[in-house]
Amino acid sequence: MYKYIIKRVLLAIPTLFGAALLVFFLLRAIPGDVCEIRLAGTGLYADPAEIELCRDKLGLNDPMIVQFWDFVSGYFTWDLGDSMWTGKPITFEIGLRFKLSLQIAIMATLVAIAIAIPLGIISAVKQDTWMDYAVRAFSIAGIAIPSFWLGIIIILGLLIVTQHWFGAPWMPPIDYVSPFEDPLRNMSQLIWPAVATGYRYSAVATRMTRSALLEVLREDYVRTARSKGLMERVIINRHALKNALLPVVTIIAIEFAFLIGGLVVTEQVFNLNGLGKLFVESVGAQDFNLTQQLVMLVVLIFVITNLVVDILYAWLDPRIRYS
Amino acid sequence: MPRLLEVENLKTQFETGAGIVKAVDGISYYVDEGETVAIVGESGCGKSVGAMSILRLIPDPPGKIVDGRIIFEGRNVLELPDSEIRKIRGGQISMVFQEPMTSLNPVLTIGLQLTETMMLHLGLSQDEADKRAVELLGMVGIGEPERRLKQYPHQFSGGMRQRVMIALALSCKPKLIIADEPTTALDVTIQAQILELMRNLTKDMGVALIIITHNLGVVARYAERVIVMYAGKIVEMGTAKQVYHDPHHPYTIGLLNSVPRMDLHRGRRLVPIEGQPPDLTRLDEGCSYRPRCRWAIDKCAASFPPLEAIDGSQIAACFRKDELEKDLKSAS
Repeated sequence: MYKYIIKRVLLAIPTLFGAALLVFFLLRAIPGDVCEIRLAGTGLYADPAEIELCRDKLGLNDPMIVQFWDFVSGYFTWDLGDSMWTGKPITFEIGLRFKLSLQIAIMATLVAIAIAIPLGIISAVKQDTWMDYAVRAFSIAGIAIPSFWLGIIIILGLLIVTQHWFGAPWMPPIDYVSPFEDPLRNMSQLIWPAVATGYRYSAVATRMTRSALLEVLREDYVRTARSKGLMERVIINRHALKNALLPVVTIIAIEFAFLIGGLVVTEQVFNLNGLGKLFVESVGAQDFNLTQQLVMLVVLIFVITNLVVDILYAWLDPRIRYS
Repeated sequence: MPRLLEVENLKTQFETGAGIVKAVDGISYYVDEGETVAIVGESGCGKSVGAMSILRLIPDPPGKIVDGRIIFEGRNVLELPDSEIRKIRGGQISMVFQEPMTSLNPVLTIGLQLTETMMLHLGLSQDEADKRAVELLGMVGIGEPERRLKQYPHQFSGGMRQRVMIALALSCKPKLIIADEPTTALDVTIQAQILELMRNLTKDMGVALIIITHNLGVVARYAERVIVMYAGKIVEMGTAKQVYHDPHHPYTIGLLNSVPRMDLHRGRRLVPIEGQPPDLTRLDEGCSYRPRCRWAIDKCAASFPPLEAIDGSQIAACFRKDELEKDLKSAS
């Protein structure tokens, strides 16, 4: 197992390198660059000499191979460089938002698990009853409702309800406070986007739990468990669920990795300064350095998540022993 | 010996898209304490469904026990509340299934699967249950039981898994074990071992055994009484000796002619039963075996022949049961 983990960690290096190669050349295939946008982006006249000067300063006139080497060697030596747009260190720009995005991703995942597993179980155990139909309707709605719309409805609802009950409207705070400093304030800001995205995210996981469990409940070993006189609760929790969770774990993990950088619209609705927003801004400004490092961060998160999933697999299913 | 189990007019049906399947259609039989009874028949004749109905393990929907009584130790199993039937399952009546490869939970250790039942039914502590699990594994012939308890099913071969299933079935000292084709999925060399093991252990412990099988060889060797089923009905019942040497139903004769026998002269041809078992959704009121029966007469189409005694404990459901013997003798 340890050997396997080491092997997987080493295998991450070519993965990261491939991603670096791809993002580096794709970005440079887009016409224009950060200097053009900064100096001529408003449509006014810009002195070509000034643009050239800016390019020289940012190293955009260096040969491709040099730029690529700077990027890759910088990445592996933790020297990420500065944002081409703001001029601030990239570690600072990302660090500022990473905590928030990570916290929302974790909270949304917890919300999704808390919804998906119990509802999926109920839906499977009470198959084709009104409870099953209700759960399925609820989860279909989760897929159908965009989370930004749900976000707007949540904020509106908060305003209306607090106005009605307390006489004054209340809105979640806008500035981010670390959960270790002021957990209450932190939660009152982030619980809403976490619920809005977690609900959507739970929908797929609920349906996956349901179908996986339904399949497992037809297995011979569940019949054996019944023939032993076990309570239905024990049969589900001990005998069926552990077998049914494998595909659910995969879905949840992939979604988690996606949430780190993919919550552009939800961040907008809740006015959060997260990685998604930074992503869009950096691409819009053609800030090569920042975009590259953001992509690398997301790739790294996917790599780590996949490794964690593999380890969870081995824990859930003893037949899987990596060597 | 006192009656242990009495099945009366059991009817189990399945609702399918094609119509209602009468998998078990009014069967009645009994099992005495410590007795071994074999239920024989082709695939799909309802023998497994009938046995699963005893523990109410038929998935509902689509299955349903629509009629009958199953009296186990004086109580009708079909009327017991869920909490009571759970005490019987595994505690009083346990099962050994056909597929050892899939009947054990792949993600739980053998130890856990063995001990959880004992802790539930015998009220043992984890330590006591572990100790007894070691004994049980030793009893069914699994070496190094302490180490094996910590292993998972995929680390066992098919025969070993079936031994574990037998240990599991015996673990709570049940009164009855239902073995549903316990050797069908195993190698021929292992089959005999498993059957010997089951016979010896059940005899030692005085446990009654219902063996469901399509292998008449098994029947002759291990069962005291034999029940032959066809298309959801019992067509013949008697002691193993009676059924084996003096069959009175064309289907039983067909079954016997289609298996090799050591007690008859060599060079005898095996005769398969022609045709297919009937579609259980489309049974008429006549004898369901008549399309495949070479003794069939017009009367067979009119009504299903009743089970009637031949002599003593043997009964058969055939209008011409008394003519068959003569016919067979003249034919051979």
